[in-house]
Amino acid sequence: MDVTSILFYVFSAILLLSGLRVITAKNPVHAALFLVLAFVNAACLWMMLGAEFLSLTLILVYVGAVMVLFLFVVMMLDVDLEALRKGFWKNLPLALVLGVVVLLEMLIVVLKNPMVAAVANADPVTKISNSNKLGWVLYTQYSYPVELASMLLLLGLVVAVALTLRKSEKAAKYQNIAKQVATDSRSRFTMVKMDAEVESKGEQQ
Amino acid sequence: MIGMTHYLVLSAILFALSVMGIFLNRKNIIVVLMSIELMLLAVNFNFITFSTFLHNVAGQIFVFFTLTVAAAEAAIGLAILIILFRNLKSINVQDMDQLKG
Repeated sequence: MDVTSILFYVFSAILLLSGLRVITAKNPVHAALFLVLAFVNAACLWMMLGAEFLSLTLILVYVGAVMVLFLFVVMMLDVDLEALRKGFWKNLPLALVLGVVVLLEMLIVVLKNPMVAAVANADPVTKISNSNKLGWVLYTQYSYPVELASMLLLLGLVVAVALTLRKSEKAAKYQNIAKQVATDSRSRFTMVKMDAEVESKGEQQ
Repeated sequence: MIGMTHYLVLSAILFALSVMGIFLNRKNIIVVLMSIELMLLAVNFNFITFSTFLHNVAGQIFVFFTLTVAAAEAAIGLAILIILFRNLKSINVQDMDQLKG
């Protein structure tokens, strides 16, 4: 057994165990943290596959942004955890049966497919670096999809802000456009009648 | 020697695990969202495995776009979750029956 095999088995064991803990954890905060562990191990495995750029992107995007957002939301919501776990044991037999059926179907496809067997022993190592290779096609052949993806991210940003924005007077000040347009000179400038004030000699410089 | 089949079986197990997660935590929408993220990870795993062993970079490009869409989806999903919690004071899936379907 060489080093690559040992690393593969260690990473995949941690990945599957943390995945199991994600779906069985009592506390959603623990589930989110185990999901972070799963993502980190998946990134290590992607690195072993030679997808360096995507494995680092996975850590940056998922562990750095998405999971922090998850943790933030989980900690912000005040949730009754007992009520949410009520159907857990009742659903377990159905979930087990479905999981086993899905797994068996996919294993049949993977293990019995002649196409998979034909390329299964191909050499995954290439000379040119992964980021270099991705960059060459990403900004030439796929430049239009990259633009679309950036627009999608902008859309996600705007939608997330627009959805959660509270339109109450307490939270923020808003302009009343009708009131601003209907104004006239008297509401801007007020004449006040007052007596003349005489300043004392001492204060005059 | 670790071949393509190892990686494909790993991602199949991960996918089945997340399918189970959706059924187990039917009431808790946060864990359902996390299971969906795990499912996307398993699918991306398949893409990268095939991309590596077939020496075709298109699979990795697809994973790149899947990650982009998944990030936007998580942001919008959590925003919807927050306004849902503000209105219902609960994240139980069974309380979301406003449409009377």
